[in-house]
Formats: sequence, C-alpha cells, structure tokens
Amino acid sequence: MDALRLSGIEHGGLCRIEAVEESPAKPRLQSLGLVPGALVTPLFTASSGSPTAYSVRGAVIALRRADAERIKVTRLWD
Amino acid sequence: MGLTGSLKNGRKSRAGHAKYRVLLVGCPNVGKSTLFNALTGLSRHTGNWTGKTVDSSAGPVRGTGGRIALIDTPGAYSLDATSPEERIVADAVRSGEADLILIVCDAGCLSRDLALVLQVLELSRRAIVCVNLVDEAQKNGLTVDCKTLSEKLGVPVLPAIASKGQGIRALIRSVEQALSEPRARPAQVDPALFEGLSSPEVRYSRASSIADAAVRKTGAGTEERRLAADRFLTGRFTGKLALLALLASVFYLTMRGANYPSELLSRLFSGMLGVIRAWFEALGIPQTVTGAVCDGALATLFTVVAVMLPPMAIFFPLFTFLEDVGLLPRIAFNMDSAFAKCGSCGKQALPMCMGFGCNAAGVVGCRIIESPRERLIAQLTNSLVPCNGRFPILTALIPMLFASAAGAWTGLVRAAALTGLILISVSVSLLASRMLSRTLLRGRSSSFALELPPFRRPRIIKLVVRSIFDRTLRVLARAAAVAAPAGLAIHLIANASDGSLLRGAVGLLSGPGRFLGVDGEVLTAFVLSLPANELFLPMLIMLYSGGSTVPESAAGLAGALASHGWTYSTAACTLMLTLFHSPCATTLLTVKKETGSAFYTLAAFLVPTLTGAVLCLAVRLVFALF
Repeated sequence: MDALRLSGIEHGGLCRIEAVEESPAKPRLQSLGLVPGALVTPLFTASSGSPTAYSVRGAVIALRRADAERIKVTRLWD
Repeated sequence: MGLTGSLKNGRKSRAGHAKYRVLLVGCPNVGKSTLFNALTGLSRHTGNWTGKTVDSSAGPVRGTGGRIALIDTPGAYSLDATSPEERIVADAVRSGEADLILIVCDAGCLSRDLALVLQVLELSRRAIVCVNLVDEAQKNGLTVDCKTLSEKLGVPVLPAIASKGQGIRALIRSVEQALSEPRARPAQVDPALFEGLSSPEVRYSRASSIADAAVRKTGAGTEERRLAADRFLTGRFTGKLALLALLASVFYLTMRGANYPSELLSRLFSGMLGVIRAWFEALGIPQTVTGAVCDGALATLFTVVAVMLPPMAIFFPLFTFLEDVGLLPRIAFNMDSAFAKCGSCGKQALPMCMGFGCNAAGVVGCRIIESPRERLIAQLTNSLVPCNGRFPILTALIPMLFASAAGAWTGLVRAAALTGLILISVSVSLLASRMLSRTLLRGRSSSFALELPPFRRPRIIKLVVRSIFDRTLRVLARAAAVAAPAGLAIHLIANASDGSLLRGAVGLLSGPGRFLGVDGEVLTAFVLSLPANELFLPMLIMLYSGGSTVPESAAGLAGALASHGWTYSTAACTLMLTLFHSPCATTLLTVKKETGSAFYTLAAFLVPTLTGAVLCLAVRLVFALF
C-alpha cells in the first residue's frame, strides 16, 4: 500500500513526517524543519488548491501541492 | 555582495573604531532587524515578512562608546546554504571574523530555531542566545525557561521583547561581559550535543528535545483567532475581495487626502517664488539669472515637492502599516498558483510589492527567490509595477480622464481607476513572466516554501515617524536633488539655444510619439526622466511651456495639457507609458549589479519598454475605433 502523503491530510489533522522524497526542493524543505519525526498540521489552502499552509515547529509554512506530495506521513489521530 | 565584504566595509566605515565585532544571526522573521535597531539605536527598516533584510549592515552598540560593532545579517534557517542568504550567513559564521555571535530565536518557534543555534554553536562557542518575542509566545500560552536552555547549550541565554526595548540592557551587559573575558572557557556541555549535526534530521530532533525541556505550555493560545484571520485573507472570495478593498481604500485615502495639502503647498510655493523673485530684483541680479533660478530650478523643485509630498506622506505610512501587520506574505500565498502557471514563483509578489515603493529596491528584494531562473524573471519584470516616482504621474493624470463627472463619487471613481491600473500592471507582470519563462528563461516553476509570520500589531507612532523620515523624505530628497538641477539645465538649454535644441529633440521624437498615441513632448519627457521618474511631470510642463513657467497645481496641469491638444486617448496612452517604460537609471544599474550581466540589463530595459509600446498601440487602436 502506498504511504500517506502530506497533501492528502485534511485541515486540522495532526501527522508525523516519515520521509521526504528526493527532489530539488528537499534541502530547502529540510532546512525549514520538515524532516522525519516533525509534527505537521495542515491549516488552510489557497482557493486554487495550492499552496497549503502547514503548522510546523511553531511556525506556519506554505508549501505547494507538488512539494507536499513528496512528503510521506503517518496520521496521529483522526 | 556577501557579508565578508560588508564586514570589511563595516569595519572601515561606521564600525571603523570598533574593537569588537558581534555578528547577529537568526532565522527569518524572528525580529533580527528590530533587535538590531534596539541594540544600536539606529532605524533600519524592518518588516513583518521573511526576507526583508537582504543585505547586511553594521552599527555601533548603544552605550559602548563605539567599541562594539553589531553586524546584522539576512535571515537563515540553517547554515546548509540552500539559499543565497544562508550562504552569506554560513560564510560569515565560518570566517571567524566575528568576536561574538548573537543568535536570535523566536520564543514561539524554539524547536525550529534551536536547530540553527546548534549549528552555529558547533562552529563557535563564543555566542549568546537571545530568545526574542517572549510576549508573543506568552500570548500563545508558552513560557520559555532561559536557565534550562542556558544549561543545555552552555552559553548565556537571555529573553527579550525587542520591539518594546525590554531585555536590551541586560543583553548589552551580557555581550560586554562575554567580550571582556576572551579567554574564558565555555561552560561544559554534553559532548553528544554536537554529534551528527550535519544531518537535518538529527539536528531537528535534538532541537525538539531541548525545546521540550525548556518550553512550558502554560495556557490556551490565540491561534484560533490567527487562523480565522488567515482563512479570511486567503479564502476563495473573501481573500480577493479583502485585498482589492484594502488596495482601493489605500488609494482612495491617498488621492483624497493629498488633494487639499497639495493645493495648499503649491499656493504657498507660488507665494514664496514671488517673494524670492522680488528679492532678486531688489538686489539687482540680472534677469537671466533670476529666470534660471526662479523659473528653472526653484519652480521645478516646488512642483515636485507639491505634487509628490502629500500623496507620499499618506501612502507610505498606510503601506508600511499593511507591511508590518503581515499582509505581504498572504498576498504571495494567494498569488502563488497564478505565478506557478506563469512558470515563476509566488515569492515574486514580495519584490513586486516593494516595487510599488521603489523598483531598484524591488530588484534587490528578488534575492529571496531561490531559483536563479525565477529570480531573473522577477528582476526583469519588476519595473512593470509603478514605483512612487510614477504614482504622482498617475494621480495627476487620472483626474483628467475622470473629471468631476461622477459628482460626489468622483473620489471613489478615481481610486477605482488607480486600482484598475495597478491590477493591469500586476496582470502584465504575470503575462510577461509567462512569456519570459517560455522564451528567454525557459523552464518550469520549481518549488515554493514561504513562512507566513503571525499577524503583528504595528506600533503606530513609530511606524508613522519611520515611514515619513525613512521613506517619504528620503525619496523626496532624491527627487528634489535631481529636480532642481534638471529644471535649471532644461531652462538654460531652452533659453541658450533659443529653444532649438529641445525643439529639435521634440521634433525628432514627435513621429514615434504620435505613432504611440502621444506626442513628441511626452516621449521627450520620458527620455529626459531616465535618471528619475519623478522628473517626468516637471519636464513635460517645461517642454510644453518652452522652458519658461511651471504651473504649480494639478488643476493648472490639466489646463496646460488640454491646451496642447491632449485628448482622452493621449491621456490614456500616457498612462500606459507611465506604467510601462524603461526602468530608471538607478534600477538599471541595480539590475546590472544583481545579475552581473549586460545582456540581462538590456532585457530589463527592453521588457517594460516593448510592453509599453505594444499597449500604447492597443490603447490608441481602441480609442480610434470609438
């Protein structure tokens, strides 16, 4: 079964990052603290469906859908 | 560019006699520049968005007699060099040129900011950590235990609220103490603290566990309110409506509010001009000198001040207010998908907003865009939004198109027209970005990761004072410095050659001018205002009047233009040319400096110039059809 992606988590759902796939954006995402083990919650999404703002480590970071799709997560509660 | 350069400059200039150098580092938007101002007593411009500080500057720490120089750096999340700013900061920390490193953290984001602290401490233990924004964290129900942090990290950790000046004195004392004991051994810490830090995963998990030990959840937060505001500002309908309404009301207040003081100023100035002329005559100064000084230099200077000062004194504080609240990153958020479709990055919205102030500053601001291709697109298209040198042209010409026909609604109609023009310039920026990413700068949009800072309540008095002195008067001084000599020069040229030189230029450009729907005078004025856009209006009046007099008010301007055969079509084409023409000389030089390429500087010239020509033709055709 394919792992859950950050882009597939609904607003307000808490999840933990399992892995960040290789991509040119990976170093940038890592330096923002989006690393395995980090707790992330999607907050709100722009009207066009991308980007989405995520709460991570006390900050709010906006990511495009394509970048959020490269982040594998597990849901912590529903 | 680069901090090492500015470290050297800093040492030579303001920090010239400093014995010690303290490097200020921290993640973006943790209040580094605010802390810098609080520590030095200087007033560097701050803003509530990531990437406001793109260059470094130095200043002496208050109350240390200039012994200690503080060096501000751009925000960096890590020393991994994933962006130009991070490279600058990493180089500065590694160079070992600083005697002490002051690391600033946001009390609300310690589990992130401590990762940077660990990375810096691994390289240099001569450091002090400042936990800023403790008031904001308190509001969110978080209390930071600085003593625990200090024990874990082995360096002094001090709390502060830089915006209110709290904790600053203790911080300065701590800095002085650390510098006075250069050979003091750093406190003992767990040696495992710095193991394996090159892995972001290790770094962040260690940062999290330190933060967990030092941060206590002491109450409920206000995150819900923030979330509601964010959902409103980024909502499908509410977001666009709110932004449009904000933009329109800023313009409405600017145009409405500037009317009366502008008239007052011009009346005052024409009175002053009369008195000065009388003095000149009483002193028996030759007529030619009086004419050159009064009708050339002073009249031009007064026109520029009367037309520009009131709108800027209203527009800048309003714009700074929106900037300080934290609106700009939300605009970037809302516009990202549009920019992505055009092959560029939503962050381009940030330098674009800066471009409304000054395109040269906007071009420098493009450094926050990581991808070199997308940064170039942003730099080449920045001049497609009107800077404050061009706003007065717009505000002076719009009343001509929308005369008092609308009665009581005139003000609103004019504000709507200005908003419409701004929307046109934003759309054209998008379109030009799209065309560039299909041709010259071919490629697909990469990624976008932007921090949305919390909304912060601006400190109104500070904001007004700062935007008047730092922005309004500085811009005005620059315009005035060019306007007076330019007015004098044009006057002399017009009179010395009996006007033949200028008439020759106008005659030469009248063909292309008429082709574009304007006339030779308008085009000549645009060419002559290459040094600064602020010059356009005074130049135009000088050209029309053959270098003799300058009417001081917008009403006089409208009359003067109408008497030279201006129609609605001429005004509309001039508006298009105002929005889209060659960047000013300063902006072109900035592009050259930022890109290091003559080719891209030429492109930065051609993109808005060609756009203007095409749109003028389009407007002319539309008017010809009706």
